[in-house]
Amino acid sequence: MGKDIREDIAWAQINKDVLKSLESPRKAYWVILLVALLVFGVGVGCEVYQYNMGMGVANLDNPHVWGLYIASFIFWIGMSHSGTLLSAILHLMHADWRKPIYRFAEAMTTFSLLTAALFVAVHLGRVWQIYYALPYPNERWAWPNFQSPLLWDAMAVFTYLSSSMIFLYVGMIPDLAICRDNIHQGWRKKVYTILALGWEGTDRQWRNFRMTYLTVACFLIPLAVSVHSIVAGDFAMSQQPGWHVTSFPPYFVAGALYSGCAAIISLFVILRYVFRFEEYMTLPILKKIVRLTFAIAMVWTYLNCIEFASVWYSHDEAAKGVLIQKAIGPYAPFWWAMIFCGSVVPFAMMVKKWQTNIPIMFAVSLLLNLGMFLERWMIVSPTFSHGIYPWTFDHDQWPSMVQWGMVFGSFGWFTLLFLVFCKVFPSVSMYEVKEMVYHRSLQSKKEAAGEELAVKGAN
Amino acid sequence: MSVSNLLENWSKFRHTHPVEDKGHPDWEAYPSDIKWAMAIDLDACTGCNACSVACYAENNLPVVGKEKYSHGQAMHWMRIERYWDESESGFEVDQGARFLPMMCQQCEAAPCETVCPVGATNHTEDGLNSQIYNRCIGSRYCSANCPYKVRYFNWYDYPTTKDVWPSPMNEQLNPDLSVRSKGVMEKCTFCKQRTYVARNNAKTEGRPVQDGDVQTACQEACPAGAITFGNLYDPESKVAQKWQHQQVELTKEKQDKDKTEGNRLRGYRILEELRPYPSVMYLERVRESAV
Repeated sequence: MGKDIREDIAWAQINKDVLKSLESPRKAYWVILLVALLVFGVGVGCEVYQYNMGMGVANLDNPHVWGLYIASFIFWIGMSHSGTLLSAILHLMHADWRKPIYRFAEAMTTFSLLTAALFVAVHLGRVWQIYYALPYPNERWAWPNFQSPLLWDAMAVFTYLSSSMIFLYVGMIPDLAICRDNIHQGWRKKVYTILALGWEGTDRQWRNFRMTYLTVACFLIPLAVSVHSIVAGDFAMSQQPGWHVTSFPPYFVAGALYSGCAAIISLFVILRYVFRFEEYMTLPILKKIVRLTFAIAMVWTYLNCIEFASVWYSHDEAAKGVLIQKAIGPYAPFWWAMIFCGSVVPFAMMVKKWQTNIPIMFAVSLLLNLGMFLERWMIVSPTFSHGIYPWTFDHDQWPSMVQWGMVFGSFGWFTLLFLVFCKVFPSVSMYEVKEMVYHRSLQSKKEAAGEELAVKGAN
Repeated sequence: MSVSNLLENWSKFRHTHPVEDKGHPDWEAYPSDIKWAMAIDLDACTGCNACSVACYAENNLPVVGKEKYSHGQAMHWMRIERYWDESESGFEVDQGARFLPMMCQQCEAAPCETVCPVGATNHTEDGLNSQIYNRCIGSRYCSANCPYKVRYFNWYDYPTTKDVWPSPMNEQLNPDLSVRSKGVMEKCTFCKQRTYVARNNAKTEGRPVQDGDVQTACQEACPAGAITFGNLYDPESKVAQKWQHQQVELTKEKQDKDKTEGNRLRGYRILEELRPYPSVMYLERVRESAV
């Protein structure tokens, strides 16, 4: 297999290639953007209808009060995790192959969190009173309930969102300065000038920049772990069978990294084509993400087995009933599809030839994310359909088109935000790719010199 | 400023556990001589649904119609659950069905209270689980965590929906309590509007609330007298005597009953093992306890 990146690529060429992505993507970009807009329109239409009619049109009922909205919320929160994995954890581990791809992964984090936040609003019965959940000082001394896992959740997500936005922005400052210096048209120039904060690339600026970036990275890592643990807490802290599981927090974090990595593969393929990033998003890098995804898939499968085993061997009859219902009840096709997509499909990533085959990996990554979406749904719904109280068993509930439309629309919203970001801001980190090229070429020069010496010594 | 207020009085802003926090200074700071509770004799219940109808009339419950009912969007705070005996060949109808009136159990350690993100559901000093409609944002976490699934969500804006109270039924809406708009959770209140009137009357007359001062709508309507309601802290009240007679205690997670009493002790609380400490005691049918 070849190298992660060409080592003789000129710095000016890197600037040129990346800046070109801000101006002239392929036509496919506009097609995808238009489709995303239409898909988002469907979601907006559903929400307008639901807002006016009431939550009933989602076909939720008593006691099946949560549905796809909560499942999608977990799904999108989960998707956000790999941006942090790539940009912060791999940054600390000095894995420099992440450099060409971390920027869009980080953007994915931010935008999937924004998508998840939409589902909080969509799910609420009285969304116009959503600010009641904020701890704002008020005359009546009324506070949100600090004991509610849902409130911890809101706070964790908000903290994570704001920190990852800061991280995304801080990491982009040197690149914004490059944009400012090279783009000479109206509003963009102004935006880059403001955002670049007067970056000149002096030694002092670089030192401060490094420190800031490292600090935010270190701050973000525990946050990423905690945020999905707290989302898991929404379920694990409740009393319901199928939710009241101790292993949920690590299980959720593993699932989050899993779906995030799969999403990175999908977006990798799309960006590589749309913005002509073949030189930077290379096949050896794809291979590395694929391997990482496979490892996480196995962790997820393991934790899944642990959950089933602990439920099966416990004496909690209700929880066992829910598990059995998942396998043979009304949700069985989806549950088995989740097992297939989540635990069987990843083995396709073991085949060496397929690891760098773009169409196959694209299809696999979509299947993995389908599996992860089903997983979230299979956590939420079966507990309502077959819970603890037999009289309220509710095997017939099925999400209405309004719910499905909103889930569908969320993909449009995410794609819209993401594509606009990639068009306005450099989605490949120019300064870090330069570093990578520099260090790699230095390394191979050293090796070559070493070989020469060795040859001389032998003579 | 209210942040300092929050920090200084943190223990008042958290949900105290009525059993485990006993003796906790802030718990003792709200002494009450009233604890509303119920006893329901399933042996007397005939499953006639009068209680449910009375509840609809008393509490302005919307009649959602056949279609929404079959979607599971009914608003019956008081529901009659029907169970058939099951054998290998299917349902046994020989002995008839069993009925269980189910409403909010007004748990002492209510699973719904701690999970509400905005604190819209709280414990009152007279031992009820209150629901503040104005505060509710409709996250429905309370219903998700309720073991009995007795919380009902306003899926539509019923007061403005046609035929929810077809004329002349709209003339009999109870002015003592509100109708609920879309997007809020609601549930049985033990006819709070009635208990408050009783408490206020007693206060005006300068005497404690006596047994018989107040009846809930379901109790009043029950032709078989299966429902007993009253103050559990008043040892003279019928409900307290029933609980005592059946050796069921509010603060116990598992009742240890006198085994020598045999079949006489029919009292039990539903899903007691989850430790919500419900305030409703059911009396088993004699048919079951005799077997």
